[in-house]
Amino acid sequence: MTRRRSGNAARLALMVVPVAFFAVFFAYPVAAIVARGLDDGGDWQLGRIADVVAQPDIRHVLWFTTWQALVSTALTLLVALPGAYVFARLDFPGKQVLRAVVTVPFVLPTVVVGTAFLALVGRGGLLDELWGVRLDTTVWAILLAHVFFNYAVVVRTVGGLWAQLDPRQEDAARMLGASRLRAWRTVTLPALTPAVAAAALMVFLFTFTSFGVVQILGGPTFSTLEVEIYRQTSDLFDLATAAVLTLVQFAAVGAILAVHAWTVRRRESALRLVDASATAHRPRGAGQWALLAGVLVSVALLVLLPLAVLVQRSLDAPGFSYYRALTSEDGGMFLVPPIDAIGNSLRYAVAATLIAVVIGGLAAAALTRRDAGPLVRGFDALLMLPLGVSAVTVGFGFLIALDEPPLDLRASWIIVPLAQALVGVPFVVRTMLPVLRAVDVRLREAAAVLGASPWRVWREVDLPLVRRALLIAAGFAFAVSLGEFGATVFLARPDNPTLPVAVARLLSRPGELNYGQAMALSTILMVVCAAALLVLERLRGADRTGEF
Amino acid sequence: MLLSLDAATVRFGERAVLDAVDLDVAEHEVVCVLGPSGSGKSTLLRVVAGLQPLASGRVLLDGLDQAGVPAHKRGVGLMFQDHQLFPQRDVAGNVAFGLRMHGAPKGEAAERVRELLELVGLPGAGTRAVSALSGGEQQRVALARALAPRPRLLMLDEPLGQLDRSLRERLVVELRELFGRLGTTVLAVTHDQGEAFALADRVVVMRDGRIAQSGTPLEVWQRPADAFVARFLGFENVVPGTVVGEAADTAWGKVPVPEGSAQGPRTLLVRPGGVRLGPAAEGLPCTVAARTFKGTHVAVHLQPEDGPRLEAACALRDAPEVGDVVGVDFDAAEIVVLG
Repeated sequence: MTRRRSGNAARLALMVVPVAFFAVFFAYPVAAIVARGLDDGGDWQLGRIADVVAQPDIRHVLWFTTWQALVSTALTLLVALPGAYVFARLDFPGKQVLRAVVTVPFVLPTVVVGTAFLALVGRGGLLDELWGVRLDTTVWAILLAHVFFNYAVVVRTVGGLWAQLDPRQEDAARMLGASRLRAWRTVTLPALTPAVAAAALMVFLFTFTSFGVVQILGGPTFSTLEVEIYRQTSDLFDLATAAVLTLVQFAAVGAILAVHAWTVRRRESALRLVDASATAHRPRGAGQWALLAGVLVSVALLVLLPLAVLVQRSLDAPGFSYYRALTSEDGGMFLVPPIDAIGNSLRYAVAATLIAVVIGGLAAAALTRRDAGPLVRGFDALLMLPLGVSAVTVGFGFLIALDEPPLDLRASWIIVPLAQALVGVPFVVRTMLPVLRAVDVRLREAAAVLGASPWRVWREVDLPLVRRALLIAAGFAFAVSLGEFGATVFLARPDNPTLPVAVARLLSRPGELNYGQAMALSTILMVVCAAALLVLERLRGADRTGEF
Repeated sequence: MLLSLDAATVRFGERAVLDAVDLDVAEHEVVCVLGPSGSGKSTLLRVVAGLQPLASGRVLLDGLDQAGVPAHKRGVGLMFQDHQLFPQRDVAGNVAFGLRMHGAPKGEAAERVRELLELVGLPGAGTRAVSALSGGEQQRVALARALAPRPRLLMLDEPLGQLDRSLRERLVVELRELFGRLGTTVLAVTHDQGEAFALADRVVVMRDGRIAQSGTPLEVWQRPADAFVARFLGFENVVPGTVVGEAADTAWGKVPVPEGSAQGPRTLLVRPGGVRLGPAAEGLPCTVAARTFKGTHVAVHLQPEDGPRLEAACALRDAPEVGDVVGVDFDAAEIVVLG
């Protein structure tokens, strides 16, 4: 019994730092938002929620937020599910490269996605030039950008499982007399359903809390909750309304996450999984060739074209003049040349990655054992919250909570990496946890029996096995920090903008040169993120554990 | 005693997986715990290794209570059922692991690794990746790894469980020789009686967390303690009967028993060799229901008109055909009155 108790003590000790981090930088700011929104000199004004929600323009925002998320999710599934099948079950030349390419949008900053679609369907965009078609005043621009952004979520979550389902299960059903379609419907489909549900919920969550894309493509017409919170805060200075909206969003996200956790648990049910490389085959028959062609065309139009147009627009002036303009001080909105944003972004991202890896690593180590009590399970859920709780909430919360001693961080540069790390921690935990949990307990026991102390066991057995996962987690945290916009836009000081913040500011100003500079800066950001992703893919290699 | 278990008890929830088990292992002794899956034999090893805490009772090594001594300080070796070689290390790295943990100097460790790989029949395999090894080779590496830090007690969990039959039979002889030569004290668990009998000085049969019988292989084979042990050893002909003098009343009629057998209501074991077949008119009339070829003999399954089936062992040329009716009588020397 003593051994078990000391194991628990060690686990609690590991949890201290992450819990403290979340208490100070997540729970406290959220509590501050609640107080700001509902507490009026000691009186709790719960009626304010009803008042705010009753306003016609707020209702319009709520309605738009919900239906655009639903439609975006449906469209994404429609386009990406065939893609999931093709990537899981068909072999074709260039598959590995293409798989990496379709993942690029997922790690791209939302601002870049917005900019790329602006270049494609906006004023003076490619479609405008060719056929005089503009979609940036319609909701289609937002929907298409959401599909572009979330294509990889479905392909990875559903396709990853699909590739590992044992095809012999279908064979067994066919030997028992089921037709090809019937075998798929009765064997494969039920196995995939939880993964499809989980992917759909993730997409719904991402699109429900969409900020950067809507901010850039929505114009004055379309506004999600997230954009509205930002508008109330930074344009109208109505903090009380912003706080109430944050709470509404918080409740919605909490509900979505609860459903997601439930589907993930169901997904863990015992499925017969096999090595993914053994299940794929060359396309057979006209149907599979047509499917492959369809998927390749949709990837080309939806994923490659916007990225290509973005690059083309950034070069659409003689002698790289947009890029050269980035280095000059224009004395307008920036106190520094826009190019300095690259240095800021990299510096912040490195700091945020360090914080996220330490906090997330400690948390994952504490959560490794499955037989954890309710306390530990609650901790697990707590860690996931920042993934869904909008970045704007985090930024807004930091702004109103960390503004007085002893925690006056507004003047400090560290406030930006702290907020970015909060968004990155869930990625670190989700990447490392499955790997840590997959380490066979008896491997640790074998080491212990051979004389290794618990610390040695961790160093000799766990660390070599998770080193790669650790690097991948760091890469994700880095990419997330680099592209983080919602929180950073609140917190970055005017003289220290990050890349996404600089892009958004350039776009908000009129003029050909500003537009071109935004394209150039977005292209730089895209290249950095894509490079980070390609390194990750290389690291990941054959080993496809983890959720992302 | 090198190892003593004193009323060792482990509970998973309400269920007692080990129920007040007493067990002693002397130095240089090879003890094999035999039992069906779920009988608690693996838990027994984990308790000794310090990987599983006791609900009550004690584990003593060299007379010292091991309560509170963590696994890495007990100085015992454990070879896992599926070997659990460290996938990211090569063969030498695996074998040297325990030596490194005990702070052996590099040169000395390398020498010991070389020596051990030779001992287990894999000379020069040090730089091979463990994933490239066959099942039998992995088993040898796991053995070398467990032996390397010179544990005072070596424990083996189903040591040959995953290997194919011919390899198993060869390795069991090698292991027996090796342990004899090294004087290793061994506590092994297995569900395979052949393996246990071939390997052990002493066999301990477990059932539902308790020890059902303990003795030399010969003792256990000749005189199973009860119906459970007899059936577990593969004997089918087990019937209740009432012993009076030198005969017993059973479902198969009057059966002779050896002189001096315990009297009264008992359970009887009839070895297949003690079931003699004759003409249909003599003895218990039975129909041949099935026959299976066993290599050295034929097992004939007999259905009496009344009562449970009987198994008889026959020479191939004497074996009756399926459907034949034969008369059965019994050889008292091959009959055991169980406790």
